[in-house]
Amino acid sequence: MSFVKDIQKVLRQNIREYGMFIALFVIMAIFTITTKGIFISSRNISNLLNQTGYIAVLGVGMTLVIVIRHIDLSVGFLAGFLGAVAAIAMEFWGLPVYVVIPFALALGALAGSITAFLVAQMGIPAFVATLAGWLIYRGAILVVTEGTGTIIISSDAFNALGNGFIPDIPGLNFLPEVHKLTLLLGIITMILFVISEINSRRRKQAYNFEVLPMNVFTLKLVFASLVIAGITWVLSGYNGLSWTVVIVLIVVAIYHFVSTQTVLGRHIYAIGGNPEAAELSGVNVKKITYVVFSSMGMLSALSGMLFASRLQSATTTAGNLFELDAIAAAFVGGVSAAGGVGKVTGAIIGALVMMSLSSGMNLMGIGIAYQYMVRGAVLAAAVIFDVATRSTGK
Amino acid sequence: MKPPILEMRRITKEFPGVKALDDVSFQVKKGEIHCLVGENGAGKSTLMKVLSGVYPHGEYAGEIVFEGEIQEFGSISDSEQAGIAIIYQELALIPDMAIFENIFLGHEIGNGFTINWNETVKRAGEMLEKVKLDVNPATKVKDLGVGKQQLVEIAKSLSRDVKLLILDEPTSALNEDDVENLFDLLRDIKDQGVTCVLITHKLKEVIEIADAVTVLRDGKTVCTLDAHEGEVSESVLIRHMVGREIEDIYPKRQHQIADEIVLEVNDWTAYDPNIGRTVFESVKFNLRKGEIVGFAGLMGSGRTELARSIFGNPDKYKTSGNVYIKGSKKNFRHPQESIAAGVAYVTEDRKKNGLILIQDVKQNITLANLKEIARRGVVDDNAEIKVATDYKDSLGIKTPSIEQKVENLSGGNQQKVSVAKWLYVQPEILILDEPTRGIDVGAKFEIYTIMNQLVEQGMSIIMVSSELPEILGMSDRVYIVSSGKITGEMPIEEATQENIMHMATLN
Ligand SMILES: Nc1ncnc2c1ncn2[C@@H]1O[C@H](COP(=O)(O)OP(=O)(O)OP(=O)(O)O)[C@@H](O)[C@H]1O
Ligand SMILES: [Mg+2]
Repeated sequence: MSFVKDIQKVLRQNIREYGMFIALFVIMAIFTITTKGIFISSRNISNLLNQTGYIAVLGVGMTLVIVIRHIDLSVGFLAGFLGAVAAIAMEFWGLPVYVVIPFALALGALAGSITAFLVAQMGIPAFVATLAGWLIYRGAILVVTEGTGTIIISSDAFNALGNGFIPDIPGLNFLPEVHKLTLLLGIITMILFVISEINSRRRKQAYNFEVLPMNVFTLKLVFASLVIAGITWVLSGYNGLSWTVVIVLIVVAIYHFVSTQTVLGRHIYAIGGNPEAAELSGVNVKKITYVVFSSMGMLSALSGMLFASRLQSATTTAGNLFELDAIAAAFVGGVSAAGGVGKVTGAIIGALVMMSLSSGMNLMGIGIAYQYMVRGAVLAAAVIFDVATRSTGK
Repeated sequence: MKPPILEMRRITKEFPGVKALDDVSFQVKKGEIHCLVGENGAGKSTLMKVLSGVYPHGEYAGEIVFEGEIQEFGSISDSEQAGIAIIYQELALIPDMAIFENIFLGHEIGNGFTINWNETVKRAGEMLEKVKLDVNPATKVKDLGVGKQQLVEIAKSLSRDVKLLILDEPTSALNEDDVENLFDLLRDIKDQGVTCVLITHKLKEVIEIADAVTVLRDGKTVCTLDAHEGEVSESVLIRHMVGREIEDIYPKRQHQIADEIVLEVNDWTAYDPNIGRTVFESVKFNLRKGEIVGFAGLMGSGRTELARSIFGNPDKYKTSGNVYIKGSKKNFRHPQESIAAGVAYVTEDRKKNGLILIQDVKQNITLANLKEIARRGVVDDNAEIKVATDYKDSLGIKTPSIEQKVENLSGGNQQKVSVAKWLYVQPEILILDEPTRGIDVGAKFEIYTIMNQLVEQGMSIIMVSSELPEILGMSDRVYIVSSGKITGEMPIEEATQENIMHMATLN
């Protein structure tokens, strides 16, 4: 059977890329069985995606940080701190939401550039510099919430970021249980995906580049379309697409575009592949380091706000262990510990894996102590997988 | 007739899209020095990797007979066990460890738990004596020159009771004295009964040392010649390797040197704060439009440092003096600035700092000039493919596709990618640091031809080279560098091997 052989060959060559999908699929299947289907219910999946949001945006930024051979441990408490700052700005200073959000994002970028200053300018290892940041921001959260404790956020607009859903198309009466706009968007996405895959395959063939064999390619299209259709159906059966998912999708789209299509993206991956060669090729390594860490800081701010919005409050423990989930998301998503390799889209899958684990174990009533152990084991497994597949993957 | 120690029968090895070895047979007699030659990408390194277990049994077709027995090596340590040692061009020593630690790394002397350091040092001393290296075994490897490091590598393999020693391009980073040393040593260990396989692109060396030569071309064995039957000469080898005659490997060009001075360096001194010493001092030279200026000298004389200090000073030397590009003062602080001013630099070590090995051919070629194929910061894929394909064709880069990762190319083809990257910057001044290191005769000829075309179009080239024939064959004018100082300058008409060597060893 050449078809089976083709599939085997493609799987073996692209194991790095497909590994995370397989992991996600297996995890979801297991939890669906152990929770007797509750896990896969519309309500739970919708919740799961909303929870994934604040880790996913961190994972996207973290991927680029790891690609340029650094690490950022400070993102969790920076997110928590900036979430608290946003809450204070709204509740105590009375600033409107549309001012607070850009303000917090700018603060995040600033914090990131301070890390970059330490790393690029002073030559301090990122691990140490951001460990310092971890402590400092942790203290900072405690300071700003000292007098008040938990700060309740009253702005509905802000709280919608983490809890709200996109409106439905008004005036349509068929399928009353289903969110029609979500359904429509899902179908459009599916069609665009198929068209763009076919186009890209054609273009590659025109240049005689290696492409998937036709039968495997078809299988991939069918499979991916089914996944999109499935997610769409599940979501439209509950409240539809949430604002969090919309925000995450926009962030990923921007980062995916920048990292794959632009000069900036090329420079980032070049530095990751060989910093010295990149520098000698005229890439400004310092500048890129600033850009990557600032973007990480900005995404931390976004993550902090998504989290605060989800809880409708800023708490003293916000951001705890986010960095672990973000780093794990990046590694599960296929980033290489040696630098230079990894896609931002992978971080989304990685974040879903990490959050599915939490969500599934919660549903099963597994204690938090064991949850930590499982998440740690998954992180280790992802890196082992990275090292083991480095020579065979492309 | 001596019996064969090694017989590789009908070896075939495929990579995705490439048949690197196609039914190759290779026979080495006991106690001989056997040279393996062939163009870049002919499959020499791959054949040796098959032999040494880098590609384990099962990943290739054919069989290996070593010392009369069929071997199925599953890993490098299997072949080591059998008495095969391979020394790669990139040395595998640990720079910060002492010589004696390096020699016994991986098979330490002791009771299996603690190491007997006294015995280790003593035995290391004996090994060093064997390879005629007169240094303290406690010296750190990084404090040795490349030539001596190579000897340490050999000492390391000799300490393991090696029967077949494979050297993959050991001489490409050595200067002539070191090569002589190495060859004396090889003859010595040959007398002790060790068989050697030597891969090299320097045909003179083949003539000098080989007992037998096997030529590979395009993954196939062309022939095996016996050096003692007088059939081996450079032109014979070239004909077998390339499949055609190359009369003069230094192609002629029309000299069109203008009076205009494009680069002038005055009283240029650099101090390296990292190692705390002056790397070169009071250097003064110039370069005219359309000229190829050769920088001759021994390895480590400070030429690479000089080139890098001019090219944006990435090592952050403290410099004094001035650099003028076309009459205006330019002391670049970042490679970016020098590229913008039309200066390009092809590094001497393509793997370490020339290429991004994990990226593909096209991404490497366009890296230094992405703005050319980008609109508003967005890279145009089609333009990139076109650029990369053009260079692949014009430089004859052998690769199944421009989407192949550079780490999968053979050494010579990697060098061509590195050159292509800098040609694409379309510089006015091109600094080539050891441009043909590890490149076969055919490709050398192509690179020289390209250099000639470039200067005929008005580019100016600085060529740093440790190979005197190359300096003599390609330069219009020669500067000689020794210990960080320029000790001589002469037009090519006056230059000879003797007077250059004389000045290169002045202190
Ligand atoms: N890991 C790999 N993956 C794919 N192709 C490879 C790989 N290793 C080698 N090749 C290809 O196999 C062929 C033979 O390569 P090899 O390194 O043996 O050449 P070589 O004779 O040693 O050349 P050079 O003189 O340039 O070192 C080349 O076409 C090369 O591109
Ligand atoms: Mg080779």
